[in-house]
Amino acid sequence: MSFLQIQDLTVRLRNGPPLLRRVSLGVEAGDVRALVGESGAGKSMIGKAVLGILPRAAEVSEGRILLEGEDLQTLSPKARRQRIGAKVALIPQDPLTALNPSRRVGPQITDRLVDILGWKRPAAEARALELLEEVHIQEPGRVMKAYPHELSGGMRQRVLIASAFAAEPKLIIADEPTTALDVTVQKQILKLIREMQQRHGTALLFVTHDLGVVSKIAQSLTVLYAGKVVEDTAVRSFFAGPSHAYSRALLAATPRYTDPDGSLTPVPDSVVAEVNREIAAFDVTMKEGGQP
Amino acid sequence: MHDARGHVRRLPGLRLWLSGGWLTLLVLAAVFAPLISPHDPLAQDLFAGRLPPFWETGADPAYLLGTDSLGRDVLSRMLYGGRLALIVALVAGTLTCLIGATLGLIAGFYRGWADLAISRLVDIWMAFPPVLFAILLIAVLGTGLMSVIIAIVVIDWTRFARVVRAEAMGQGAMDYVASARVAGRTRFGTALAEILPNVLPTIVALLTLEMGIAVIVEAILSFVNLSISTDQPTWGGMIAEGRSSIYQAWWVLVFPLFALFLTVLSFSQFGEGLKEHFDPVLR
Repeated sequence: MSFLQIQDLTVRLRNGPPLLRRVSLGVEAGDVRALVGESGAGKSMIGKAVLGILPRAAEVSEGRILLEGEDLQTLSPKARRQRIGAKVALIPQDPLTALNPSRRVGPQITDRLVDILGWKRPAAEARALELLEEVHIQEPGRVMKAYPHELSGGMRQRVLIASAFAAEPKLIIADEPTTALDVTVQKQILKLIREMQQRHGTALLFVTHDLGVVSKIAQSLTVLYAGKVVEDTAVRSFFAGPSHAYSRALLAATPRYTDPDGSLTPVPDSVVAEVNREIAAFDVTMKEGGQP
Repeated sequence: MHDARGHVRRLPGLRLWLSGGWLTLLVLAAVFAPLISPHDPLAQDLFAGRLPPFWETGADPAYLLGTDSLGRDVLSRMLYGGRLALIVALVAGTLTCLIGATLGLIAGFYRGWADLAISRLVDIWMAFPPVLFAILLIAVLGTGLMSVIIAIVVIDWTRFARVVRAEAMGQGAMDYVASARVAGRTRFGTALAEILPNVLPTIVALLTLEMGIAVIVEAILSFVNLSISTDQPTWGGMIAEGRSSIYQAWWVLVFPLFALFLTVLSFSQFGEGLKEHFDPVLR
């Protein structure tokens, strides 16, 4: 049994079109699964559905989210919060808005330890210091007392990583954790996440639109288009040759330094049309309640 | 001045000092009015009517800022008037803030039905002309300090509700709120521990602004004779009385007007200064 198992998850705008179409995917304990797709494909929506922070306008209309075999949808809001708070953590996309500007950094790391796991504050603070050292922050004592605006973007992302690992979660959902950072810092942060993930044996659901990143960090991969899974495979076999036409086009569109004229390859219109037809047909079977 | 990270460290604002200074003076004057007033503010002396302030010819040094047409001491009346102005500012301002900010926070963070109800209520409320609304309220409630305070709260809570709602909505969309929710905070806990501290600088600035507005509303009501009973001196009442004798005794109108002006200005500047001082991002 996978640690996280999503089965036929459909998320809709209330009384509106589906944002996720019967998505199924699993994350094994200690494993890294990448979730790729273009903007609006619903990558972040999956993470949000798991964490129970879907936007107000969206709702889960079908499917199950199993955490260690336990269906999260059937739990009371309180039990759900407890379960997720103790076992799952989030590394958000934008380190600039992910820390509360009016609170010092230290308490924001220790919150979860104190609130969910019932640690005593001094113990939680000692743990936070340890974690800050682990994410290579110099002068962790000073950073604990700093306000977020006193830290750089890269430092803040390190703090957020430390905070995500604080309660030793079994699964971390990283929602494009390097997108808001500049390229040199991106590389360091990616390396850090990999290092922390391996040291702690945490499972990772890594949301990204960068296939280059996928090859460095993940073992398995789910490709999403318009809220539907178009390919679910091992990373190695994906780069050896994706099976779906859209995945192939996506891989071909990755910019390379070796391109002779430096031009960019888009996903061809014919492929987009094909995958759109596929989705339309899928919507019909969904409406009829049949199995695809 | 620069600190180690090269941030420019601003001097404590001049406006904070000036406005704070005037407000402190006002508080002291209000608290010690009975001790420092040279005369009984209600005592009339018809033989000493319309005496000019001390630097003009024909002044009586016992009446520093002159007397009104009934021979009452302008300085003493101003000190006692400041008392009422301050009570109205503090009590009405705080109550308005508590009610308006709470509703605004609920509307902005919880959204949904609560937001719909509160926002429509604000829209309807703001369609009434505020001064007429106040006059109507006093007419129903009767004059007196309590009525004035109630009128101000009833009229002005919308100011807080609107601004705090917008701020709370903006903060609610930030990732740190999502992170707090994932980390197991309840909605209520998030609103209180995560959103409120970030909206607080705005609330403080609004609160002091509201105190200034409360002083003005009280003066307006006094001016139309609907404020606190006539045997208690108020700045608005003095301005109203001074208006009838503006050509013979300008000081009866000008001194309370000046005090009013400085007080309202100080409240708003004090608020802005505090906001600058306490906002972690501006700091």
